[in-house]
Amino acid sequence: MPKREDIEKILVIGSGPIIIGQAAEFDYSGSQACKALREEGYKVVLVNSNPATIMTDPGMADRTYIEPLTAEIVAKIVERETPDAILPTLGGQTALNIAVQLGEMGILEKYGIELIGAKLEAIKKAEDRELFKRCMKKIGIDVPKSDTAESVEEALSIAEEIGYPVVVRPAFTLGGTGGGIAYNREELKEITSHGLEMSMIHQVLVEEGVLGWKEFELEVMRDLADNVVIICSIENFDPMGIHTGDSITVAPAQTLSDVEYQILRDYAIAIIREIGVETGGSNIQFAVHPENGRVVAIEMNPRVSRSSALASKATGFPIAKIAAKLAVGYTLDEIPNDITKETPASFEPTIDYVVVKIPRFAFDKFPTADSTLGSQMKSVGEVMAIGRTFEEALQKALRSLETGLYGLELKKNVEKAGLDEVRKNLRYPNADRILYIRKALELGMSVEEIHELTYIDRWFIEKIKNIVEFERYLRKLAGKSNLNEIKNAIIKAKKLGFSDVQLAKIFGVRESEFRALRKKFGVKAVFKMVDTCAAEFEAKTPYYYSTYEEENEAIRSERKKVMILGGGPNRIGQGIEFDYCCCHAVFSLKEEGFETIMVNNNPETVSTDYDTSDRLYFEPITREDVMNIYENEMPEGVIVQFGGQTPLNIARKLEESGANILGTSVDSIDIAEDRERFSELCRKLNIPQPENGIAFSVEEALDIARKIGYPVLVRPSYVLGGRAMEIVYDETSLIRYMEEAIEVSPEKPVLIDRFLEDAIEVEVDALCDGEDVIIGGIMEHIEEAGVHSGDSACVLPPQTLSSEVIEKIIDYTKKMALELKVVGLINIQYAVKDDVVYVLEANPRASRTVPFVSKATGIPLAKIAAKLMCGKKLRELGIKERLKLNHIAVKEAVFPFIKLPGVDPTLGPEMKSTGEVMGIDYDFGLAYYKAQLAAGMKLPEKGTVFISVKKSDREKIVEVAKKLKELGFKILATNGTAKFLKEHGIEAEVIKKISQGRPNVLDAIINRQIDLIINTPSGKGGKTEGYMIRRAAVDYGIPYITTVSGAKAAVTGIEAIKRGKLSVKSLQEYHEELTE
Amino acid sequence: MESKLMKGGNMKAALAIEDGTFVEGYAFGEEGWVEGELVFNTAMTGYVEALTDPSYAGQILMMTYPLIGNYGVCRKDFESDGVKVEGFVVKELCKNPSNWRSELSVDELLKEYGVPGIEGVDTRALTRKIRIYGAMKAVLATGDYDREKMLKRAVEQPSITELDLVNRVCVDKPVTLNESGKYDVIIIDCGIKMSIARQLLKRDVRVTLVPYNYSADKIMEMNPDGVFVSNGPGDPARVKDTIENLKKLIGKIPLAGICLGHQLIGLALGAKTFKLKFGHRGANQPVKDFETGRVFISSQNHGFAVDEKTLPKNVRVTQINLNDNTVEGLKHEDLPLFSVQYHPEASPGPHDTYFFFDRFVEMLKVY
Repeated sequence: MPKREDIEKILVIGSGPIIIGQAAEFDYSGSQACKALREEGYKVVLVNSNPATIMTDPGMADRTYIEPLTAEIVAKIVERETPDAILPTLGGQTALNIAVQLGEMGILEKYGIELIGAKLEAIKKAEDRELFKRCMKKIGIDVPKSDTAESVEEALSIAEEIGYPVVVRPAFTLGGTGGGIAYNREELKEITSHGLEMSMIHQVLVEEGVLGWKEFELEVMRDLADNVVIICSIENFDPMGIHTGDSITVAPAQTLSDVEYQILRDYAIAIIREIGVETGGSNIQFAVHPENGRVVAIEMNPRVSRSSALASKATGFPIAKIAAKLAVGYTLDEIPNDITKETPASFEPTIDYVVVKIPRFAFDKFPTADSTLGSQMKSVGEVMAIGRTFEEALQKALRSLETGLYGLELKKNVEKAGLDEVRKNLRYPNADRILYIRKALELGMSVEEIHELTYIDRWFIEKIKNIVEFERYLRKLAGKSNLNEIKNAIIKAKKLGFSDVQLAKIFGVRESEFRALRKKFGVKAVFKMVDTCAAEFEAKTPYYYSTYEEENEAIRSERKKVMILGGGPNRIGQGIEFDYCCCHAVFSLKEEGFETIMVNNNPETVSTDYDTSDRLYFEPITREDVMNIYENEMPEGVIVQFGGQTPLNIARKLEESGANILGTSVDSIDIAEDRERFSELCRKLNIPQPENGIAFSVEEALDIARKIGYPVLVRPSYVLGGRAMEIVYDETSLIRYMEEAIEVSPEKPVLIDRFLEDAIEVEVDALCDGEDVIIGGIMEHIEEAGVHSGDSACVLPPQTLSSEVIEKIIDYTKKMALELKVVGLINIQYAVKDDVVYVLEANPRASRTVPFVSKATGIPLAKIAAKLMCGKKLRELGIKERLKLNHIAVKEAVFPFIKLPGVDPTLGPEMKSTGEVMGIDYDFGLAYYKAQLAAGMKLPEKGTVFISVKKSDREKIVEVAKKLKELGFKILATNGTAKFLKEHGIEAEVIKKISQGRPNVLDAIINRQIDLIINTPSGKGGKTEGYMIRRAAVDYGIPYITTVSGAKAAVTGIEAIKRGKLSVKSLQEYHEELTE
Repeated sequence: MESKLMKGGNMKAALAIEDGTFVEGYAFGEEGWVEGELVFNTAMTGYVEALTDPSYAGQILMMTYPLIGNYGVCRKDFESDGVKVEGFVVKELCKNPSNWRSELSVDELLKEYGVPGIEGVDTRALTRKIRIYGAMKAVLATGDYDREKMLKRAVEQPSITELDLVNRVCVDKPVTLNESGKYDVIIIDCGIKMSIARQLLKRDVRVTLVPYNYSADKIMEMNPDGVFVSNGPGDPARVKDTIENLKKLIGKIPLAGICLGHQLIGLALGAKTFKLKFGHRGANQPVKDFETGRVFISSQNHGFAVDEKTLPKNVRVTQINLNDNTVEGLKHEDLPLFSVQYHPEASPGPHDTYFFFDRFVEMLKVY
């Protein structure tokens, strides 16, 4: 069937901010969709609230709306754009939910809009547990026994019937939010009441716990002619009971015979037909009993998913792109396979390598969070690695994670664990379980016992045992001098994925020495191609992975080339915004005529899409892996500025190994990162810095703090995302911190800065070519200094800074960029207190805010920076500063608190947010309101506000309370705050503290008698009253604010929304106004 | 421990190819020296079915998926009475299979049937070679092999088009299965995969296997409802007896065939067959069915194909392979006859085309 001519304009809905369960994979799928649809000549209107995405680049769609993803807002866009169709299957659960709501609101009917990809009925059948079960019954496919409950009582009686353990799954949520495994009545009560809250339809499914069964996923595609193909099978290393997003997964399935696999394939096809997903990709999960092969269908996603992104990267088959083309009427046989060009997309990819995905967790950021893994997803990112053996892929994936491991090595805590602790960690799944398996084997535990404790298939454990045993053999060999045996052992070790770092440690030499020895032996990495067809056809798309075998397929071209290092796995502090920058570098260098070589290992991203760069290497980002590619490609140089801290961390090592680093020099990077050298620079340039010092010991720290005066800001050097950064108010806390911090990074000292209380934080992104500097944007933070810049909301252009202060900031920025001889981007953070501008830090690299600034101003900073790094000059490119805007852009951070029970949702110097959103309007209040709405915080226009602030904030909150009163809100406060407000002429109703009996504030929250909570934390730690209030706010979805400055901004937002109406406008229109 | 870890506990093995390629690895299965055409199969599962598929007689089979043997061997998955490949080439053989159905390992299986294997070679490099230069003659040897001798023999051995292989793998006398079946079908056995028979048995068919050269007269004497020509190894043009018999049967009785059977029917209809560069072997081959407009994913294992241009006018191409547009299905316009190149019985591979057997039984009912 040819493409449809009856539709012209298509609305694509994105997935919003990066959150646990919904990450960069939807930027990848959405970008693919936009590209594919425009290629076919359709007008594409895109809505997504996330400015860090590639998809929201104004060039990706005809109209791009960076607006909150709520049904009401999308309805406004629909009204304005009147698209013919909506494609809701590429923006995760968010897009599907909005599509369903638009249907329920009658918007689709009113404007005659068709849902393409999946119809409402199909979405409902897949998402509604009861309907899904009925469908499965109809086609004779077994499902776990289950029933839906709308109350705790119902859940209890269902569980009595099917027996514990049971899995509780809320209907219509994201990434398993609110679900859990209950082994007894008490757990069931707790999980169910939470789950009911989380469900959009107040319903949970109570399900037979098929815990320990083998878990498989199939990625299925279907077209309008009812052709169905399976793109990829995925086997979960971690069996049923752990969310697939938190599981180590492997492609293709390893332990299924053809007989068993074909049953799953038949079922998958039957399911996609019965559910009625007309076109596109779906993900279907199965559990298979390890002892008798009984198969049950677990669930189906009637849309592309995280696993689809993984399957696309694992096979080379672009699921999202093909899904978009199928949605507009093409059939699979009409679409060519991009990789072979000559064969059609109507086939099933076959691969000749092993793919391992490992999730990346952020428990180090949330020490109080429960780190046991279960049915609720907790990971924040993932890596993928490809190898010709499972061991190789596994070890490559482990070193891609950047958790300090260079393969299957042990972290300190695992190393030290005794047998009992190992057993416990095997039985209760956690992020380090794979390491505990190694430890268990080292301690002599049998494969069988490990299997019994973990239910992990023996096949996988045997493979880990291969690694452990071979390492043991290598250690024995290390003392010997039989070169031939050593050489053969090194070859075998490399085939098993051992890194040079690991091997150097084993042989007791330095990495560089080992590398030299290895090369002398002629043991070199070769590169093989990912080609969808196991070499049956010639591949036209150069997508490679390294391995140790005979033939190298990555033949260097004669073109001038540049290598770009990506950012690795998403994590807190380093997310999709760096992928945005990397992709822009690629686009820009292509324009300049370079062949672009991308190196990255994050399967969710656009950068690892094989058609983003000219050549893609799916590899860990370590010195060894990068240099292997460098030596194979011999580029002009390598760009380390765009991938966040990941490439920067190895920049010096790369240079030492002979790589040419493009842009700002490694030495300049060092000046910026080395506190002493940086202070010297500031002194030289006469730029004030908060008083500071470096401590290598507790005593030194105490001395420095005494000299500077408390409070002080302390942090280890060389970290991103404010890891382990704290504000310390006294000596006792400092001693405690020093002991913990030194534990965090033993070779690195601790930095101590005077903490500027109540200062305004300002952040600048600028471009420099070594001669000229262009200010990209100046952002004023909403939250005061002390809140990590990644967690603070910010506004561009600044709203409260005087022109003198702004001039000073510009002046400092230019001086610093020139002094550091920056070629490319620099981000500088300032604190402004009493009109004095202090510089806090400078990062001569692309920052987290680059995409936000680029979208707000229309100046593509990353693209320009890449050109500068290749020798272009700002003057030559004709770049003009754009400091004045007609509109106002607000960035707000988005947090994972809802997914992490037990974590206090407060802001501090340690970054906790996973993503960001942007609100644009002509008025600060409206822009801020939009940003809050986009972040999931719908500020109330009326109702009751609960105020409870720490003593030092009382004075400051008066103004806020007064405004709220004027706006017609009722104010509720605990007696201390209420009394204080009364003294200042503000009537506040007193409500009991939790400790004062009942009904208290917690009851009011649960009963939804409170519409907004303003609660500033009193200090660090503990399950205080404040913690319980804030936690309840998160759990019950009540808007809450934890800083005074945030409260002020919120009041402005509420004022604005009461005064005006929300309207929507595309980025292209905003940008047009700027050029007029 | 050293030797076990370094060599996987195995002796050395080598593979010599007629273009002069010589690669070394480690042996598994039976020790020995085998010759044959080196072909690759891209299916990621189904090695048991492939190893026991008689169509691989005369060939050394190489799997492109690097990890083979993971789920062990279940005898129920056999497609014949034993291993039929001449030799087996894999990147890595699994020594500790894990699957509840597994009865033995691939190593044990090959030992039981006296077939040698080699692991630890760059199968992707070899596959690329075959893709570029076509399927090649090869020698696989274990233990104390002589490199020069192997290379010489790789060149000098007869090619697959010079070998009569069908007689090695077919029944030597008629065998009947499912006596009480409703429909009576004679299968001309050229090396049948048992799943074909199983599919017919499921549809209430009484199946009688007869040797490939069983005469047309004798077949007609048995008065069946239909005749079926099975898959099998080698060059169809060499199976002259069957072609002659088929010529006599066409038009007299409902007739269908799979793979080699399809090629033989083509030849009997007067068409020609040709050798594909490296064949189709895998479980992911897209077949377009012109009657329904649908695309099916099929399991395939063939090195020869029917030349579309040489087909008589009254024979229609019903299906083609979308990768290279070669003939996948034939149907006679006037007579009860059709055939397919791929393997609708799957095993290994997708079940998309089971309906072929329904169509066959339907044809039996009509005539």
